[in-house]
Amino acid sequence: MLTLECPYCGVMADETELSPGYEAHLKRFGPGSTDEQFEAYMFARKNPKGVHFERWRHAYGCGKWFLAARDTATLEVFGTYAAQSSAPPQALQDKIKAKRPDWKGF
Amino acid sequence: MANPVAPWGNAQFDGFARIREIGPLGMITLRVKRDVPGLAEAFAALGLMLPDPRRITAAGEKSAGWMSPDEYLLIVPYAEVGAALASLAASLAGQHHLAANVSDARAVFRIEGAKADQVLKKIAPADIDRLAPGELRRSRAAQVAAAFWQDGEGYTLVCFRSVAGYMMGLLSHSAMPGSELV
Amino acid sequence: MSTRLAKGGRLIDRSAAVEFTFNGRRLKGFKGDTLAASLLANDQMLMGRSFKYHRARGAVASGAEEPNALINLGRGAFMEPNQRATTTETFEGMEAQSQNHWPSLDFDVGVVNNALARFLPGGFYYKTFIHPRAAWKHVFEPVIRKAAGLGKAPTEMDGDRYEQAYAFCDVLVAGGGIAGLQAALAAASGGARVMVLEQTPFWGGRAPVDGDVIDGMPADTWVKTTVEALEKMPNVMMRTRCMVAGVYDHGYVLAEDRIADHTPGDGRPKKRLWRIRATRIVAATGALERPLSFAGNDIPGVMLASAVRDYVTNWAVSPGDRTVVVTNNDDAYRTAIALKEAGLVVPVIVDARTQANGPLPTKARAMGIRVETGKAIAKVKGGKRVTGVSLCMQAGEGAALEDISCDVVAMSGGWSPVVHLWSHCGGKLNWDATHAMFRPDATRPPISHDGQAMVYPAGAANGALKAADALADAAAQGAAAAGAAPFTAASAEPREEAALEPVWVMPQGAGYKLKSKMWLDYQNDVKVSDVQLAAREGYESVEHTKRYTTLGMATDQGKLSNINGLAILAGALNRDIPNVGTTTFRPPYTPVTLGALAGEARGEIFQPLRRSPIHAWHEANGAYFEPVGLWRRPYCFTRGGENHAQSVEREILNTRNGVGLLDASTLGKLIVKGPDAGRFLDMLYTNVMSTLGIGKCRYGLMCNENGFLSDDGVVVRLSDDTWLCHTTTGGAERIHAHMEDWLQCEWWDWQVYVANVTEEYAQIAVAGPKSRALLEKLGGMDVSAETLPFMSFADGTLGGLPVRAYRISFSGELSYELAVPASYGLELWEKLVEAGRDLGVMPYGTEAMHIMRAEKGFIMIGDETDGTVIPQDLNLGWAISKKKADYLGKRGQERSFLASPDRWKLAGFETLDGSVIPDGAYIIAPGSNANGQGNTQGRVTSTYYSPTLKKGIAMGLIKGGMGRAGDVVEFTKIGGAPVKAKVVDPVFYDKEGANQNG
Repeated sequence: MLTLECPYCGVMADETELSPGYEAHLKRFGPGSTDEQFEAYMFARKNPKGVHFERWRHAYGCGKWFLAARDTATLEVFGTYAAQSSAPPQALQDKIKAKRPDWKGF
Repeated sequence: MANPVAPWGNAQFDGFARIREIGPLGMITLRVKRDVPGLAEAFAALGLMLPDPRRITAAGEKSAGWMSPDEYLLIVPYAEVGAALASLAASLAGQHHLAANVSDARAVFRIEGAKADQVLKKIAPADIDRLAPGELRRSRAAQVAAAFWQDGEGYTLVCFRSVAGYMMGLLSHSAMPGSELV
Repeated sequence: MSTRLAKGGRLIDRSAAVEFTFNGRRLKGFKGDTLAASLLANDQMLMGRSFKYHRARGAVASGAEEPNALINLGRGAFMEPNQRATTTETFEGMEAQSQNHWPSLDFDVGVVNNALARFLPGGFYYKTFIHPRAAWKHVFEPVIRKAAGLGKAPTEMDGDRYEQAYAFCDVLVAGGGIAGLQAALAAASGGARVMVLEQTPFWGGRAPVDGDVIDGMPADTWVKTTVEALEKMPNVMMRTRCMVAGVYDHGYVLAEDRIADHTPGDGRPKKRLWRIRATRIVAATGALERPLSFAGNDIPGVMLASAVRDYVTNWAVSPGDRTVVVTNNDDAYRTAIALKEAGLVVPVIVDARTQANGPLPTKARAMGIRVETGKAIAKVKGGKRVTGVSLCMQAGEGAALEDISCDVVAMSGGWSPVVHLWSHCGGKLNWDATHAMFRPDATRPPISHDGQAMVYPAGAANGALKAADALADAAAQGAAAAGAAPFTAASAEPREEAALEPVWVMPQGAGYKLKSKMWLDYQNDVKVSDVQLAAREGYESVEHTKRYTTLGMATDQGKLSNINGLAILAGALNRDIPNVGTTTFRPPYTPVTLGALAGEARGEIFQPLRRSPIHAWHEANGAYFEPVGLWRRPYCFTRGGENHAQSVEREILNTRNGVGLLDASTLGKLIVKGPDAGRFLDMLYTNVMSTLGIGKCRYGLMCNENGFLSDDGVVVRLSDDTWLCHTTTGGAERIHAHMEDWLQCEWWDWQVYVANVTEEYAQIAVAGPKSRALLEKLGGMDVSAETLPFMSFADGTLGGLPVRAYRISFSGELSYELAVPASYGLELWEKLVEAGRDLGVMPYGTEAMHIMRAEKGFIMIGDETDGTVIPQDLNLGWAISKKKADYLGKRGQERSFLASPDRWKLAGFETLDGSVIPDGAYIIAPGSNANGQGNTQGRVTSTYYSPTLKKGIAMGLIKGGMGRAGDVVEFTKIGGAPVKAKVVDPVFYDKEGANQNG
């Protein structure tokens, strides 16, 4: 059972206050996209062992969606940040790189 | 038109803490960004103070709670909701916001007594001992959503109306004599 | 015989005698006793029977690791099977019974299995019952089921009360022995919030029994002083009888608090499950002594040396008059010394090592105890009780040198740190060859969310077996866990002990005959010979061997057997122990009762039951409820002697011909407001909502990005920038979350706010040709067709209550849905019932609603949809905008397979004989598939008897859809001939909509 800090209200939230939203930073492909683009958008998930970016909603708290960077193997949480981000903040990426030199980057 | 009915008939239970259903209270959910011009004034016009994040401010029978970066819970006497909504509409005219009456969508409970905190400790995955003064905590109460804050010798807890019976049962079970945590 | 000693017993209160029964016999114990101590004090060594061979068993241990002494407690609603006698406190009036035997503990028929033991080897479950195939079902399984299982399941509902509680701390200390107390002191002195949980009723662990001296005081005194100091600290919470069951991700810890196990009926909850978030966890969980593997080591009277010492010192119970001690280390000499000091006889200490010359052996010899080094036990004699042992050379094959009579054998094979809590979240272990034990590898700890170590092992659990080392280790670990300054540890008088010598089989060269009597897992009857057989049969992985032999799979989870079994396996495979590895440690440490896991969630508050504002009226007026999500909605309202079908029929006919009331309060209601609200709704719904006129209603469909239909409902435009979206019952929270998801994560620059006002309003459908007349009787607003036409709404009052009246219809009749503040919902309902009395108004339930909508050909989310159906499949193309460039699901619906003419599409069905097509029936297609299953070409989605049309009607999906109109197809029927039905228009009733539009 994870704990994640909601970046909106600052609560260190128990997993039972959260609902999961799976992989973060997906780019939406709508009408006009190719079958390959749409397939990748809908179905092709990274599912890495190691550094991963995810969506979570503080469902039983302030109701906000946020994003989290975490190691799927060790469960270390590198940081959480606003959902209104098209990429992880640079400072967070630097922090991850320092902790996981083998990480290939976002 | 008869008086409005509290969802669980203002039930009461006396255990190691006293559980009382109160209300109905007048409640407004206000969705608005904090940086909207005139927001503090809109609160002031209602006799309320704009709360800081995760806090609730009280002024007599009224209070204003911070629910999320763009959501507030305003509590006023039940009969004054219409006037309060009109006041908000006037104060925030031209500003993007949503104000809705949710007085009847909620059930409100008081958990009272020196050991009231122990009731909450049984049902919410929140660090009750570390709640700041004036902190409004949104969390879970066993299987349902709830918000609570300390108020006098006890706590006020708000949940959805439909689960008022569940909440009364849950709070009563948690306050059973002999089940004190310390 | 075993008996109570005249003096001593540090944990018992001799002034407080308690009376209890065992198998109906009235016995006496003392306050402070465990049940095992009380039974031994009454010469009751035999406490149970083993699982497989039904062999006679007594307590082998004195604590949580006990595999044998499983007892049934209480009766009726307070019955609890499989309680360990060694951890159960004796209380006045306790009723205890032994288990797993028939007809009696002393004479058990099942022991015949013991005689058949050579036919029941390791893995026998997998080998024996293969052929003939039919025998499994009719012979083997019934017999095995009858014989299997420990104890009996209670038949009554649990009469006790349970609860849960959350706690938060900086440092959780698991274990209240000297290491735990020292670690807590070190952690708490820096100001950290500390919880200390001890599974037994007493603080101090083993040190007081072992006679340690700490800071110049007897261990007992130091423990008392330290506990008092900790209890005075406001930042420390201490609990005994509270077992840390498991450590989970990010410092989540579950602990079982046995509040009233020992004081039943005092009004307190029996147990409480603590759900703890600890920043760091100190695992001061001690160590467990290992048995030695010699023939007959399971006969009642063979016990762990430390347990014998515990019974004598803690409870003043002598397990026997003559105790042979057998060991491979110095520690067991303490047992011999303690027995001698208590005035009991120790005929010999059998030490497998060739030398034993440390202070403890020297002291034993000085007390006149005979010590035999290089020796072993060839076998233990006795059946239901030890009568003696045969000695042999440890280096030999077991030739008897001497027989010695005794009634207890105290054995010690060394100690294993309790690494469970370290390992639950992945902490790794190293094999310490010197001490022959696995211990935590500090460089590979389980880690928490911050990437730092989550668990700090301390004391014996960290391999520091001696008091002085344990205290120093615990002070360091406690301070480190709290991030506090170094803390000066208490100092214990040093213990000088010689190294142990690993002994996995006794004697070393024992043959098969002896090995088949050497028990590893007492409860599951797994012996040395079984593990060696598994190795010969190719089981090289310890995890496979465990499952094949059932070693360590009993309720004690191998606390005593795992290391010995592992060593035997390693030996058989000719590998090192670390190369074989350990099995995985999983929570809980000891069994947690299901009642504690359920906590308060039973009976009335098993689940949050959602009630509409009108629920109480329904209850008082014959409602038969059905669950819809967590809501309870009236399925129908029964009257007189009606059955449910008759009630439903009456409700439908009354609504079709008069007027009916439906409580529709559960429908989701979401306000969507803002400059971009219209644009947002156009993306959410498949049709256009931005052009909806103010005051108008429009039916809308919502799809997910895959294109599949996920919800539907009526959307209402309240003002220029505000819409109200109705969702399905139970869909409100899901659709609200869906809207917030897209607003927060994709279109975050759009100015739209959403508020869920589902529960703010009670909503009542007033349906039927007389509905307008009913509203007019209440009066207060104009509800005429001219002012309030179909698919419009108006705000006003009815009967003096503020309402919003929608002209929408799910029944196909002239219909109004009235929304009123929930506090007035019941009042409006009662006014409608009262005013409608002479119009014949009746409430109707969800089943009548379902049938009436099916008669009208209206789809239902969850019936016509199942997550793989697109609106086009349901002939809802009219509700999909062709003009919009985009909406959620549009791209998904453009995929080629969704445009295939072979897709199953909606049609109506009428049976040729008027019968009702069975629920879930498939439409039969010619031929069969590769698996020999009949082909299908469609399925029924809604099927009812229509009271209006007096025949069976159905909707379903069929290949070709309405293009098949007029075809006669066959639906499957279990246990009967296929049902023939004609493909027809799914709108069975009022095709032109004259009624609803009126």
